[in-house]
Amino acid sequence: MEPVTDLDVGPKDVHDLEVAETIEDWTGAIGPGLGPVEDAEAINVAPNWKLVWWRFRKHKLALFSGVVVIVIATVAIFPGFFATMDPHGSRSTMSFVPLQRLRFFHDGTFEPFVYGVTGARNPETLRMEWVTDEEVIIPVSFFVEGFEYKVLGFITTNIHLLGTAEGPTEENPFFLLGSDRLGRDQWSRLMYGTQVSLSIGLIAVMVSVFLGVLMGGISGYLGGVADLIIQRLIELLQSLPAIPIWMALTAALPRDWSVEKTYFAITLILALIGWTTLAREVRGRFLVLREEDFVVAAKLSGANQRRIIFRHMVPTFSSHIIAAATLAVPVMIISETFLSFLGLGLRPPAISWGVLLQEAQNLQSIALAPWLLLPGVAVIITVLALNILGDGLRDAADPYSH
Amino acid sequence: MNPTEPLLSVQNLKTYFFLDEGTVKAVDGVDFDVYPGQVVGIVGESGCGKSVTIKSVLRLTQKPGRIVEGKILFRSQRVTDADSGSDVIDLTTLDPHGKRMRSIRGAEIAMIPQEPMASFSPVHTVGNQLIEAIRLHEDVSKEEARQIAIERLHEVGMPNPEQRLDAYSWELSGGLRQRAMIAMSLSCNPHLLIADEPTTAIDVTTQAQVLNLLRSLQKMHNMSIIFITHDLGVIAQVADYVVVMYLGRVMETGPVDDIFHNPLHPYTKALLKSIPSIYSPSGTELPTIEGSIPHPFSRPSGCPFYPRCEAFMAGVCNAKDPELQSINERQSVSCFLYEEKQMQPS
Amino acid sequence: MVQYIIKRLLLLPLLLFIFSIFAFVLIQAPPGDFVTSYIAELAASGSSVDQAQIDALRSMYGLDQPMYVQYFHWMGRMLHGDLGASLDWKRPIAELIRERVMLTVLLGAFTFVLTWALAIPIGIIGATKQYSFLDYFFTVFNYIGIATPTFMTALILMWLAFSWFGISVTGLFSAEYVDAPWTLAKFIDLLKHIWLPVLILALDGTARLARIMRANLLDELNKPYVEMARAKGMSEWRLVLKYPVRMAINPLISTIGWYLPLLFSGSVIVATVLNLPTIGPMLLRSLTNQDMFLAGAIIMIYLFLAIIGTLISDILLAWLDPRIRMES
Repeated sequence: MEPVTDLDVGPKDVHDLEVAETIEDWTGAIGPGLGPVEDAEAINVAPNWKLVWWRFRKHKLALFSGVVVIVIATVAIFPGFFATMDPHGSRSTMSFVPLQRLRFFHDGTFEPFVYGVTGARNPETLRMEWVTDEEVIIPVSFFVEGFEYKVLGFITTNIHLLGTAEGPTEENPFFLLGSDRLGRDQWSRLMYGTQVSLSIGLIAVMVSVFLGVLMGGISGYLGGVADLIIQRLIELLQSLPAIPIWMALTAALPRDWSVEKTYFAITLILALIGWTTLAREVRGRFLVLREEDFVVAAKLSGANQRRIIFRHMVPTFSSHIIAAATLAVPVMIISETFLSFLGLGLRPPAISWGVLLQEAQNLQSIALAPWLLLPGVAVIITVLALNILGDGLRDAADPYSH
Repeated sequence: MNPTEPLLSVQNLKTYFFLDEGTVKAVDGVDFDVYPGQVVGIVGESGCGKSVTIKSVLRLTQKPGRIVEGKILFRSQRVTDADSGSDVIDLTTLDPHGKRMRSIRGAEIAMIPQEPMASFSPVHTVGNQLIEAIRLHEDVSKEEARQIAIERLHEVGMPNPEQRLDAYSWELSGGLRQRAMIAMSLSCNPHLLIADEPTTAIDVTTQAQVLNLLRSLQKMHNMSIIFITHDLGVIAQVADYVVVMYLGRVMETGPVDDIFHNPLHPYTKALLKSIPSIYSPSGTELPTIEGSIPHPFSRPSGCPFYPRCEAFMAGVCNAKDPELQSINERQSVSCFLYEEKQMQPS
Repeated sequence: MVQYIIKRLLLLPLLLFIFSIFAFVLIQAPPGDFVTSYIAELAASGSSVDQAQIDALRSMYGLDQPMYVQYFHWMGRMLHGDLGASLDWKRPIAELIRERVMLTVLLGAFTFVLTWALAIPIGIIGATKQYSFLDYFFTVFNYIGIATPTFMTALILMWLAFSWFGISVTGLFSAEYVDAPWTLAKFIDLLKHIWLPVLILALDGTARLARIMRANLLDELNKPYVEMARAKGMSEWRLVLKYPVRMAINPLISTIGWYLPLLFSGSVIVATVLNLPTIGPMLLRSLTNQDMFLAGAIIMIYLFLAIIGTLISDILLAWLDPRIRMES
């Protein structure tokens, strides 16, 4: 920083070298339709979240990723509505049906449909082999009645976004993303898997954030012995090879536990190792903030510690926490996926992306039914969107740390 | 070298930054000359374009910044003009990363940066960086370069130069670090030294020593110096000639005595008024310039200073751009107050 | 410098002690023990076992002793270099995993070299040619690389190799070399197989590392010392490689501390999918079968490799950064 001298009569001590960067930040905050002069004033009085939003809005790709995340989250909240069939319903005669692509226009008019498939058992391998039959047209309509499910766990309904007139039957199958070994509809299973995988990621991160803010806060604010102990603990945990530890911990879960119990145990296991990164972030912020004038001022005016931490310090870095948390969700999702994939995480009848991918574990299944890899594509898209969103949020939260 | 011909002549220099949101005219038509052996001080508030001006002279502006207009004429002893063979080169025509520009940069025009701490690499020794600077332009062996480096360090008053060569910059004190920096800048005997607020980052007592050192080195080597600062006190101490800048334009130029004793431009006057004086009775409020520097995108039309100017003339100052004009033998000013005075008698 | 390394080395036994307790607790955590699952297995196959036999089995393996006694027995034997015997394989663990450990380290080492060889240039190009086509290309590549779990890459590549070339890319050796003694021919055969897992693991690491490198270098490129080097008249490439790249790599060195453990342990999944003879798949099997001594030994090896990783990164960092060297 330049010392304040007689010539520093400007409002802001902006060094020439930084002109370009600073201007970009200012204008990034300028809304359309507002002249720059009014903006300068608008910026001065805007609350922090508004500044972050103005900057974030500039990052088009992150904005788009945000929309993708919202769509995925909607699926996770209402999986039953998006599913077309009971995800657990197996049909032994309809295993490994290839995907039936949804087509919207039939003879030039809007009439969604899928082509039918006909199957015959190969006499040698005794497997069903399916061929798309373009003669058979199965009309698809919106908001149809189907199997019963509960919205948010309490409203029972049977309305679904998509479906065929009389529901899927032996003659008229309807597998948007194909079926698996047991003839279960992969599309519907994917919808339900989204709920489980996404919520595990989210809850695990929430627990991590809680632990991270708590430990990081104690460490960064109090300093001294507490800081030393927590730092050593974090270092120890971070130098652990996470994957084998996760494997050992999840393997220790009793096999006879219910799906819900396993679900929460896995969430906890992921969080117990995941909080360290967030704690480091929080501690770093605290260390910087502790020296800031407004914190010193609060201290001098007699505010107690709790008030200083929660009223003065936490709000200034909450956007960083949100960004860091957003970036932590995909890590958790991938971790859950591979644990379940290895058979150590969630186990059937639970449905998660990892459980779905278990079906694609060996070359034989993939060679026979490559669409079994599609849940992996869902993982990639979700993680991609969350990462880009998180990066956008981080840049918006802190324009100076690119 | 002919002392009556300028070593460097900056003519109508315009350096703009092209951003998505619009164009920032960081330097918008700057003229000044530097004569051999002269110390020119460029003074102005933060954001007035003084740093961009000298970065343009060194051809160090980074994208999205670009020189869009103007000439930077430099009398070189190492490079001749490609077409005319003249030793006066227009630096704006050279490739900023090209060999010709690089052989001028560091050898004939050297720079002393603002923050000596951050301008040395912390993982290389001072000697490593000094010797490198020498060997970039002089065809000498490592051992010879080391001897030159020791000599230079000695020249800038560095105690134990042999040992200091193997030290890291962060092992030196602030003043010594700046001395090492000056030694590095002078390693190839430049004709023009550009000092970008070289004393901002060091404390006041060391500041005075460094300024004295610069002045004596300047006399010894008969160098020209462009000295950039926002501190009028420093200007009074080192400069022969002063260029006052505001929002990318030159407001006033003149010899240091005239600028301090007979300021013409309202901006220069306001600046001088805002210097605290030991002669003013205690308790008097220090005058400040009203208002603040406009947002870079909303530069006023006409004279950039009119919104803050005490002598603002509506319909004149905000309508046209004032030109930089010679008022007398020594001073030039860009202000309508003086244009009218000149026009009236005729 | 020497002092610093000695200090670090002295910390090793302490860390190993803490980690060994940790590993022991981990393998003790599952309810029941090997005998329980062994009996379950016997019961499933129709034969019944009486209580006397169960107790005999328990005391044979020392499972009837209190926890801490079991720990000291385990630890004591480990210190003598005896990793114990696998209950599941009925063979000494050392013999079981010796070659697998070697192959795990080899896989990790190859991956590490490839990752750095790819990531540093990609990061440099991304930062120096910011917003160019190549920068965008690598940014997209990095995002996708990070978003794709390694086992997905493995599955997709395995499937493509099968459907395009009709080959199965699993394992590290051709059938005739699996049990053969080490010869040059076997090593060449290993190289013919190991490139795929190395590539899969390196792609993941490269994406992460290149991103960090790009961000670090972008920060450094704006530092005054870079401008000063330009002002000295240095050529752009020379100065970039000498100053900011050097500075940008330093923080990367400290990532070795967590990257090496990640590398060794991260290969577990890929190794399982591709059926590689490394310790990863063996850990999975031992965990599922509650073969606790084997699982414990493998986890200890992972922990040991992690400590070595941190040690290497600390020493490298001290060696490269004079500020850290002088401090200590």
